[in-house]
Amino acid sequence: MSKILIRGAKVLGGEPQDVLIDGELVEAVGTGLSAEGAEVVEAGGKLLLPGLVDLHTHLREPGREDSETVLTGTRAAASGGYTAVFAMANTFPVADTAGVVEQVYRLGQEHGYCDVQPIGAVTVGLEGKKLAELGAMHESAAGVTVFSDDGKCVDDAVIMRRALEYVKAFGGVVAQHAQEPRLTEGAQMNEGVVSAELGLGGWPAVAEESIIARDVLLAEHVGSRVHICHLSTAGSVEIVRWAKSRGIDVTAEVTPHHLLLTDELVRSYNPVYKVNPPLRTERDVLALREALADGTIDIVATDHAPHPHEDKDCEWAAAAMGMVGLETALSVVQETMVDTGLLTWAGVAERMSFKPAEIGRATGHGRPVSAGEPANLTLVDTAYRGSVDPAGFASRSRNTPYEGRELPGRVTHTWLRGKATLVDGKLT
Amino acid sequence: MQRHLISAADLTRDDAVLILDTAEEMARVADRPIKKLPTLRGRTVVNLFFEDSTRTRISFEAAEKRLSADVINFTAKGSSVSKGESLKDTAQTLEAMGVDAVVIRHGASGAPYRLATSGWIDAAVINAGDGTHQHPTQALLDAFTMRRRLVGRDAGLGQDLSGKRITIVGDILHSRVARSNVDLLHTLGAEVTLVAPPTLVPVGVETWPCEVSYDLDSTLPKSDAVMMLRVQRERMNAAFFPTEREYSRRYGLDGDRMARMPEHAVVMHPGPMVRGMEITAEVADSERCTVVEQVANGVSIRMAVLYLLLGGNEPAVTHARTTEEK
Repeated sequence: MSKILIRGAKVLGGEPQDVLIDGELVEAVGTGLSAEGAEVVEAGGKLLLPGLVDLHTHLREPGREDSETVLTGTRAAASGGYTAVFAMANTFPVADTAGVVEQVYRLGQEHGYCDVQPIGAVTVGLEGKKLAELGAMHESAAGVTVFSDDGKCVDDAVIMRRALEYVKAFGGVVAQHAQEPRLTEGAQMNEGVVSAELGLGGWPAVAEESIIARDVLLAEHVGSRVHICHLSTAGSVEIVRWAKSRGIDVTAEVTPHHLLLTDELVRSYNPVYKVNPPLRTERDVLALREALADGTIDIVATDHAPHPHEDKDCEWAAAAMGMVGLETALSVVQETMVDTGLLTWAGVAERMSFKPAEIGRATGHGRPVSAGEPANLTLVDTAYRGSVDPAGFASRSRNTPYEGRELPGRVTHTWLRGKATLVDGKLT
Repeated sequence: MQRHLISAADLTRDDAVLILDTAEEMARVADRPIKKLPTLRGRTVVNLFFEDSTRTRISFEAAEKRLSADVINFTAKGSSVSKGESLKDTAQTLEAMGVDAVVIRHGASGAPYRLATSGWIDAAVINAGDGTHQHPTQALLDAFTMRRRLVGRDAGLGQDLSGKRITIVGDILHSRVARSNVDLLHTLGAEVTLVAPPTLVPVGVETWPCEVSYDLDSTLPKSDAVMMLRVQRERMNAAFFPTEREYSRRYGLDGDRMARMPEHAVVMHPGPMVRGMEITAEVADSERCTVVEQVANGVSIRMAVLYLLLGGNEPAVTHARTTEEK
């Protein structure tokens, strides 16, 4: 059956409407649409959003298939309401050649749960020394436009400058993992009151802020656009706000966990809270929420970082950094931004779909829910409340900081170009 | 008392005073011809040392043996840990052998806390030093030494350290001894001042219950005890201070500086000392320096902790005495 009628859905949080899908496209949006020849999905007042787009996902394949694969990661994405994810380059081998990015891209297409747009490494082997073949990755079948050494900072100012300049030729963008490496040697958590008490090596806010300040100035100097990954401090917000006021072409993302969690949780020494950049203070969390609301921070990106159980079931210093996030992102955003009155659902659509697609030039994603557009859609039961049970995750990994925490909202349906990938909360 | 001893901050004033008083009882055992109590007979304690620390391990071992516990020493070097075994597997392996308590020294801050709270094992966990976090038995033996010297051996029983002014000097940033002492001394009513170059004071120290000074000379006359911490020479390579000489000049304790302390004030050091760096030989060997006493007191404190955590409700020393008198 190629026609689907979604009946009575609040499109972007507005009044209930019907949405008719025909094949890969939205055919009509309106009230009282005919269900003739269509499979009917009774939305019953649920929220309909454009398919979510994640600009920052670690799918781990190739190389760490013990923690995630393109298949399990895209199934997790579909469960979370995503129709496109950008896969970070820190795989083994590193995605620094056309061959690797094409492989990852094709795996995404074959599995069909969610479009996978590979991110290319900025430098060979993420070593920060020599530019990778950025042009070749762009021209490959994967059509890479976002480049990042995420996990590592492009700390050499000259390499960063050249990368920013070079990708202008094909409309690319460099996504910077802002972390001054010398200031964060041995860093284990946010540097402050809690790290002083716990005796864990500090990751100072200034290590992030100084790189962001440098990079927005570099972007201004060479007339390039730059994207800041997982912005985590109140000071970073101020710098990005200043840069935007100056007309610098900068965009920034925040992760769901930085919108909700603080470094107080590290007192448990439970490595499920170990992440890079680290959880910060309450003051930072509030500044990030405000910045996401006022547009200083453009988007929410998950930094979905799966790790096998043994890499978290150990002492803090030995544990891997990162948290899974694809399957809880929308719930955390509802909890921190919507239910607090900071953001409307239209604002959420902007920050979790339209804008990330625009930054990453993901054609066909982040489009309005209207006739003639690709049917990439997500249906959400916003009235739902339930506690997070990692056993139910589609991701291969379970390293969520929200286990047992009650969160609002549940994605019930996801459509990728008219094809259901999630129905009634179950993957197809 | 709690089941584990992870952090000095977990102890209430009454807990701490009870440990100090019990340690006084234990100290008497050391004065006997047979330095042994039957208290922990049949109980097994493992000393799980992931970091080299001969002094601390020997001190715990002496304490365990004086309480008649069966002792297993486990050092990471040359063990399965060096072949990549996890902390969890190591702990579970030991517990499967029937261990009642684990005394753990680990380079990672929080490792004892993880061991005690992750459901990996059931045994009591005693922190013998974790990373740059805590070393609670060191703080207890320091407090014990201070109480004896500043209040009195008998007069001190049941007492805390109210009003005593304690100065801790040196590498606060990397020191679990400093963290434990600040917590415990504050609980016991003492006023603590930390003295160090600003580079060796952690960001975030402002919430600690103590004062911070960068000037040793002005602090000395107001100190009842001055605790010198070891400063590793390698620190100057990371630009924490320019040279050894400059560190010694500004923050080292020599005879002239010691003369500025009140007459009753003592000099303490957790050991091992770096003579010529933070402390001169003249001070280290003086009568005011309690280093050797601290070592002896360490055994008494560790006996008290083991007894209180494992010995249950039976009185320790009185019981032993009656047995002996029979």
